[in-house]
Amino acid sequence: MSHTYVISQIAVMAIITLALRVAPFLIFGGKKTPPVIQFLGTYLPYAIMGMLVVYCLKDVSVISAPHGLPELIAIVLVAVLHIWRRNTLLSIVSGTVCYMLLIQFCF
Amino acid sequence: MSARLLKAAIIKTLPVMAGYLALGVGFGILLRVNGYGVLWAIGMSITMYAGAMQYIAISLITSGASLLTTAVTTLLVNARHLFYGISLIDRYRGAGPKKLYMMHALTDETYALVCTAECPEGEDPHSYYFLMSVCDHIYWICGCTLGNMLGSLIKFDTAGIDFVMTALFVTLFVDQWLNTKEHRPALIGIGATVLCLLIFGSENFLIPSMALILAVLLLCRKPLVKGGKSI
Repeated sequence: MSHTYVISQIAVMAIITLALRVAPFLIFGGKKTPPVIQFLGTYLPYAIMGMLVVYCLKDVSVISAPHGLPELIAIVLVAVLHIWRRNTLLSIVSGTVCYMLLIQFCF
Repeated sequence: MSARLLKAAIIKTLPVMAGYLALGVGFGILLRVNGYGVLWAIGMSITMYAGAMQYIAISLITSGASLLTTAVTTLLVNARHLFYGISLIDRYRGAGPKKLYMMHALTDETYALVCTAECPEGEDPHSYYFLMSVCDHIYWICGCTLGNMLGSLIKFDTAGIDFVMTALFVTLFVDQWLNTKEHRPALIGIGATVLCLLIFGSENFLIPSMALILAVLLLCRKPLVKGGKSI
């Protein structure tokens, strides 16, 4: 591929991504935030975090083996550890190591 | 911006460091395998700075996709970023010149951290968000660059290391859950996304999910605002 082609491709992706990130601020970021946007600003983060968790798991198949078991076990471990100790790093490292061991040696 | 604030930002972003280094290295290797060297890795990680999209970019570019295809794909894959801006308008208000960069650097992970971050007492929250954004971006650039330069040297089996992102979102979800008595928005987020994933499949579910989440939240606006004093 020619450099011009690759650079124009990257430019298109970079500009559109930036536009998506900036647009809400341009549209709703006037002197006063509209009440409905304030409402969304309060409650959307909770919904989005749920969406992101599901998004990470989108390619897990429940129908075929191992039926999402490694993911389920690791997520339960992360959640339980996190509720118990509230230590983000501990929860994430334990969950990830557990997941890697599960898919590399058990499933 | 004090050293104390920088330290707080680094500690808060440590989980993202682990994730971005892992995912960035993966991207850097893939880019190298397809014949693009370190300058491409650096350029893409600075200007695009979007994890999933950069992976997709490699297949778009190597398959010779048209600019229109690339534009539409980017719109669909990154449309979720619209949500991030909407929910941070008040938080980022008045951030000054830093704001331009903070908007550019608003990835899934940075958004999630900013949403749940509590600024250290006596410090400027905007500087705190700014520093977290810069830290995350640096981790990502380092990961992509290192992977591109040294990827072939990695000898141990890294399969499953990308779970670090899932784990990060789960901990942030748990944090949010424990910090409020109003669990309906979280349940709406999960329910709507799972429903759309089942209906539309893993390629096309994100946009319908966002639409459904918006619709349900807006429909529930009255009961939420009424009962939402605890938030």
